[in-house]
Amino acid sequence: MLPGAVLVFLTAVCLLLFQVKPAWFPPAVSAGAYAFDLQFTRTLWILGVLFAAAQLMLAWAVLRGGKKRRASAPFGRFAEPVAAAGACLLFLGLAAGGASDWGKVAERAPGKEIIEVYAHQFAWSFRYAGPDGKFGKTGLPFINDAAGNPIGVDPKDPAGKDDRTTATLRIPAGRDVLLLLHSRDVIHDFFVRELRTKQDIVPGMEIPFDIHVDKPGEYEIACAELCGLGHSQMRSLLIVMEPEAYERWKRSR
Amino acid sequence: MEEVPVKIFTTSHVGIARQYFFLSLAAVLLGSVLSLYMRFHLTYPQKGEITPELYLSWLTLHGTVMVFFVLTLAPSGAFGNLVLPGQLGAKEMAFPVLNAWSFWVTLLSFLVLVASFLATGGGPLSGWTAYPPLSVVGAIAGPGEGLGQTLWFVSIAIFCVAQLLGAINFIVTVTDLRAPGMTLLRMPLTCWSWFVTAVLSLLSFAVLLPAGILILMDRLVGTSFFVPGGLLVGDMVIQHEGGSPLLWQHLFWFFGHPEVYIAILPGMGLVSHLLATFARRPVPGYRAMVWSTVAIAVLGMVVWGHHMFTSGLNPYSVMAFSVLTMVIGVPSTVKTLNWIGTVWGAKLRLNAPMLYCLGFVSIFVTGGLSGLVLGQAQLDTYFHDTYFVVAHFHLIMGVAALFGIFAATHYWFPLLFGRMMNDTLGKWHFYLTFVGAYAMFLPMHFAGFAGNPRRYADFTTFTFLGQVLTLQKGITHAAFFTGAVQLLFLYNLFHSISRGVKAKQNPWESTSIEWAGEPAVAEIFRGPYELGLYGERDYRMQNEGGEE
Ligand code: HEM
Ligand SMILES: [Cu+2]
Ligand SMILES: [Cu+2]
Repeated sequence: MLPGAVLVFLTAVCLLLFQVKPAWFPPAVSAGAYAFDLQFTRTLWILGVLFAAAQLMLAWAVLRGGKKRRASAPFGRFAEPVAAAGACLLFLGLAAGGASDWGKVAERAPGKEIIEVYAHQFAWSFRYAGPDGKFGKTGLPFINDAAGNPIGVDPKDPAGKDDRTTATLRIPAGRDVLLLLHSRDVIHDFFVRELRTKQDIVPGMEIPFDIHVDKPGEYEIACAELCGLGHSQMRSLLIVMEPEAYERWKRSR
Repeated sequence: MEEVPVKIFTTSHVGIARQYFFLSLAAVLLGSVLSLYMRFHLTYPQKGEITPELYLSWLTLHGTVMVFFVLTLAPSGAFGNLVLPGQLGAKEMAFPVLNAWSFWVTLLSFLVLVASFLATGGGPLSGWTAYPPLSVVGAIAGPGEGLGQTLWFVSIAIFCVAQLLGAINFIVTVTDLRAPGMTLLRMPLTCWSWFVTAVLSLLSFAVLLPAGILILMDRLVGTSFFVPGGLLVGDMVIQHEGGSPLLWQHLFWFFGHPEVYIAILPGMGLVSHLLATFARRPVPGYRAMVWSTVAIAVLGMVVWGHHMFTSGLNPYSVMAFSVLTMVIGVPSTVKTLNWIGTVWGAKLRLNAPMLYCLGFVSIFVTGGLSGLVLGQAQLDTYFHDTYFVVAHFHLIMGVAALFGIFAATHYWFPLLFGRMMNDTLGKWHFYLTFVGAYAMFLPMHFAGFAGNPRRYADFTTFTFLGQVLTLQKGITHAAFFTGAVQLLFLYNLFHSISRGVKAKQNPWESTSIEWAGEPAVAEIFRGPYELGLYGERDYRMQNEGGEE
């Protein structure tokens, strides 16, 4: 008896928690994030039903008990293949629900605002190409955090003269932005909750990463891959600006 | 039950089982104390008392100790050694001396791990997954990344050797030492689990060992398997070139995913076995259970990429890994339905081992369902490396596997120590732990919903973490409650070793022949689950001849 009652109680509390929501997602601000929320809600409902069904069946079996000694097998010989096939369809169906962005690779394309992201222990830098639209060369020997050159822009390369390096990431609202992710030392991860997405930044690789935010605002950028003792302090801001304000900011120096 | 003499250098499977049991007990105590320390400092930070590097080294040691020395050793090393030969009708494991060696090599590995934590510079801080370049480039990447990290890799490599020896022993025992009449499909489901687990160990530790050696070479002799060129760590230019950090992740998770099944499969077998025994009813779909075990193992070898959805994998591999991962839910569903079917409408004997098994099923469902969230690459890009993942794996791997260990300890205590554990205390321990487990890990999913990253040494830098602090404090309270409850188990354990009621022959009226009381059983006449029969005795042991 008691174990069944405890199971029912815990199941109820678990489901109740989803009403109370002791903590929850921040509002979504991009198309990808809306799609995430939709798929997550779908998944949550399906899994919630499976959760309640399994727990309550278990609880019921314990509560009801049986009298007969040799209880005959509770289901026929086809029950298992049928259940397996059903589960397979259901789970693959779930997977298919999130399939719209399968196989998508972020790529350079005309019209995309391209911004470079540089992570290192334990800070973020962002580079804008400036009016010439070209990023200057970089090199290890030129890196000098104290002198404001955290990514090592080559002072001799004319293309780099007008590059701008910042500590927060500003982007225009409503435009496609392509981030090129770089790490100087160990693996970091670019995580913005409101975008519902994250991407590891692997040293030795340049990883392209699309973002597109509709709503102007300020969102925290967190590092989400253990990178050393300052990992939990590796914070920056994503500032999404009205497009005109962004253009003005870009022209200002 | 007969007495097994206590010897230090023993080759007896029971003696070795006890050694593994106590080693994993020591490890679980160490790991738990560390976790309580971590929870306390995380949610009640005291000014200047602990540094992030200290926190992270606790985190690393906690994860390593729990995954390797508790969840790998107790289910197979302790209970596999204890029960497998007996259930198959064999006197001993196939290679008793090798078996002793596996234990002593494991102990050596444990000592090296503890040394890594005490090394100058402090313990390594790169987590149990030890991703390079952080784990390769040396002390410049962080205190503890010097000698401490080297010793950590040495410890893991030694551990792999021990596991490989153990796996070979288990496999050969099952293939060669079954009593006459014990066909494969007459083996109890526990034996199937240990067998499949051993195969998984063989295949996965055989990859982790060379990976560990390669990364040690990167650290010590200047090769560059895992470190690319052009890195600047601190202000030091790193002298490596051409390696790939993702290669380590592939090798590690090729081991790591099977490893989680190495931790849980023995528990699954045990639960099938015990539910039948305490429900006095045959397992409804014995063959389905065997095949689902095998299916889980096979699929388990090809889903490692789900730990790397956000790592920069080619999106097409992400797709493939995602689909395969979702499919692993299918054999898991078959198992769950089977367990519910076993107890459905049956007259249950609700002894402590049975309660732990029911708890296992409940927790397995809860933890498994969150796997179906993480298996969808689209959803995982949010949840990866947040507390949602921490909740997922602590439920399904931590709590479920521990319930398996608790059930096994109560159930096979007579074989371990000749006595019974106290059933009432066991029940209390179960209820309190069960509620405590839900109280800790269900709310933890919500921290994940809020995007709370894992492996953060403090929650003070980010504004958004302000909103989860109350929740996280509640989890800490639940953790201290659950921790305190474990004293009941420890008391019961040590009290029963010396003072427990002497066990009768076959105290649980089981069908499997580890209870037959003879070291080697002459012949097997029937399948493993002839339970719930009419007549004066409702079961037949596998070695009983005669009609029916
Ligand atoms: C239905 C079955 C399951 C599915 C679909 C599933 C899926 C996943 C996925 C996708 C991840 C990666 C999450 C991430 O890091 O972003 C994960 C992590 C994990 N899973 Fe599962 N899982 C299942 C069952 C299990 C079982 C049975 C265990 C162990 C007994 C387990 C143990 C773990 C562990 C330990 C991790 C985290 C490793 C780490 O990052 O430290 N899972 N699971
Ligand atoms: Cu980090
Ligand atoms: Cu996995």
